Amino acid sequence: MSTATAASTPVLKKPKLSRGTSPWIIFLSVVGALALFPVVVDTLMTDDASLMKASLQALAYIVMALGLNIVVGFAGLLDLGYVAFYAIGAFVVAWLGSSHFADADIHILASSAAENLPGIHVNFFIVLLIGAVFTAIWGALLGAPTLRLRGDYLAIVTLAFGEIVPRVFENSTSGIFGIGSTDFSNGKQGIQPIDSIGFPGQLPIGPFENVKLYYIGLALVAITLFINIMLRDSRMGRAWIAVREDEVAASAMGINLVRTKLWAYAIGAALGGFAGVYFGAINTSVNVDQFAFGKSVFILCMVIIGGMGNIWGVVLGAIALSMLNSFGLPELNKLSDPIGFQVTSISFGIFGFFLLAMMILRPEGFLPSGRRKLELHDEEPEVAIPDDPGDQAYEVRQS
Amino acid sequence: MEAASIPEPAASPPGRSLLAFLSANILPILLGVALLAQFLHEPTATLEDIKNGLSNGTIWALIALGYTLVYGIIELINFAHGEVFMIGSFVALSCWQIAGVDAATGMAMTVVSILVVLLIAMLASGTLNVMIERVAYRPLRGAPRLAPLITAIGMSFILQNVGLLWRPTPEGVPDLIDSQGTMFTVLDVAVKYSDVFAVEITAPLLYALLYFVGNTRYGKAMRATAQDPDAARLMGIDVDRTIALTFILGGLLAGAAGMIYALYNGAVQFNQGFTAGLIAFTAAVMGGIGNLKGAVIGGLIIGVIQAISDSGEYLGLELGTDWTPAVVFAILIVIMVFRPQGLFGEEVREG
Repeated sequence: MSTATAASTPVLKKPKLSRGTSPWIIFLSVVGALALFPVVVDTLMTDDASLMKASLQALAYIVMALGLNIVVGFAGLLDLGYVAFYAIGAFVVAWLGSSHFADADIHILASSAAENLPGIHVNFFIVLLIGAVFTAIWGALLGAPTLRLRGDYLAIVTLAFGEIVPRVFENSTSGIFGIGSTDFSNGKQGIQPIDSIGFPGQLPIGPFENVKLYYIGLALVAITLFINIMLRDSRMGRAWIAVREDEVAASAMGINLVRTKLWAYAIGAALGGFAGVYFGAINTSVNVDQFAFGKSVFILCMVIIGGMGNIWGVVLGAIALSMLNSFGLPELNKLSDPIGFQVTSISFGIFGFFLLAMMILRPEGFLPSGRRKLELHDEEPEVAIPDDPGDQAYEVRQS
Repeated sequence: MEAASIPEPAASPPGRSLLAFLSANILPILLGVALLAQFLHEPTATLEDIKNGLSNGTIWALIALGYTLVYGIIELINFAHGEVFMIGSFVALSCWQIAGVDAATGMAMTVVSILVVLLIAMLASGTLNVMIERVAYRPLRGAPRLAPLITAIGMSFILQNVGLLWRPTPEGVPDLIDSQGTMFTVLDVAVKYSDVFAVEITAPLLYALLYFVGNTRYGKAMRATAQDPDAARLMGIDVDRTIALTFILGGLLAGAAGMIYALYNGAVQFNQGFTAGLIAFTAAVMGGIGNLKGAVIGGLIIGVIQAISDSGEYLGLELGTDWTPAVVFAILIVIMVFRPQGLFGEEVREG
């Protein structure tokens, strides 16, 4: 696929980060390559609609995968319910940018198309901030009960939260648990249409102006990458890595475990909400069927296949898998006559197979975390690369 | 497993024994009080729910045993177990379809077919489960704990899609046992044929399993491996074979549960395994994962909770089938966070 190669070329040139390479050079080349992508598509292909649509999804998935990477890759907390934060973000944009609450009449910097509609209409860019803050709070709230748990118990509890949150949205059609009577979600049908992205007072960006939507998505990706790089090298980032490596030792060294873990959950969740808001706005609809357990695993798959803990690996994994999902497999559907079924119907089976094969053959991912290798090289040369690749590179460490 | 449990700490001073008892059993007591309140609120409906819950709970108990057996021995949540159960259902339905057995078939033929199909479904699921172990878990023995968990999720997705290709839409099962017919009535509660059927098939299987694990040579090997795999290996136990045996046992029970579910429920579909798997896993956690009897009791308790939630109302609080997964998962979270060793105080290695 042209996307994956076009976008990842600069990454592939430097699979191993040496200490001399500034992450900002890679940052600029990745963002630059992604920025050139619409131009490349435009010159090489004529019917670019499906490819551009797919790449919009890919950008949102990059943001989500980077958010999950903070929780799973940096802090080592396996989260199987990440889709909950995507759901919360998507519902925030649905509440604040549609005519769902028709009785309310609130317009804040809305685009000209939404100015005269009933309901709450807040400008997309403000909703982005609100959504990120709101999901960050929920990330910390849902993370708090799991602080004492480790390993697979943690995974199952997060999975349970990931299942509960969409159910609560789905069933809160007249208040929550029968308390109150506000319709929060319009049930299974979901909320639509959601306002398109637009600037105050001007016409919004139409649903077919993919290139404009693409550059807005790319801006979100750039912000996310910036946050990720800053965090990774910050005091907090080092604390996450210490907690991941050995919780007890980290605690003994004076790291506040509760604060460190809650920040990981909150920032990871905020990025999930960020992507959820963008997804809601480009799909112009939100409904609970989008938030199945499979989605959580799909995003986890990106992190694992790319290389847990390595920002560029995760970006590569997100681009590859989401392009495969929203462009590659639909293309393969053209083969459905000879093989007798639609390839897209078994997409999760295919990703499941990837997870299985990856874990057995190359558990460290395609671009394993360079930082971890560096640490091993510098401080303990005699145990630089242990023989068992699973143990040194697969970074969710167990007690 | 029972033998692997760490002995209870010495009894606390007599004056504090009531308090200690209360704090140690707070969750079972709360559940009991909650049930009693609902019973006083609506006696007949609650009895009906309890009856439904117990019969449905036997199915969850059979699946939960598979989780608890596997977790007890290799400390892995076999995520694909729900899908093994689903495949069991599908195999059973296919057998009946191929043999042409339906509700019109004579009594003797029906009974024979049910027993034969039970055997086939059990063998199919057992074989599948041991193949999963061979492909997805054995290569990762000794890898970090979460690696096999992730392959388990992968395996579960693969099997679910195999089910999707096999039967893309929900399919009805011939009503061989007159499942909705009333057999007898106790205290205004109609006991249906399906309820009796589920208990009738499950009880001997549970007994056989407990006997096998508790009293046979293989069971002893399993308990030894669960306690300490290295020591077991030193004592001449073939650990790999014992683990495979555990997976076979879990698969056999899941296959039986699949067959019972098909007749009890009257329909099968490819995604039944995911929800069933999570409910059964909750049951296993509730009973204290690794504890066989606990898993059975946990299955029954979850069955009752589910039935009460399904029936739509708890003490005036509006619930219903839409809320049931959320209720079950909330209970799962509460137990995992506050009482990871399960309701009955079995010690586990992680908590």
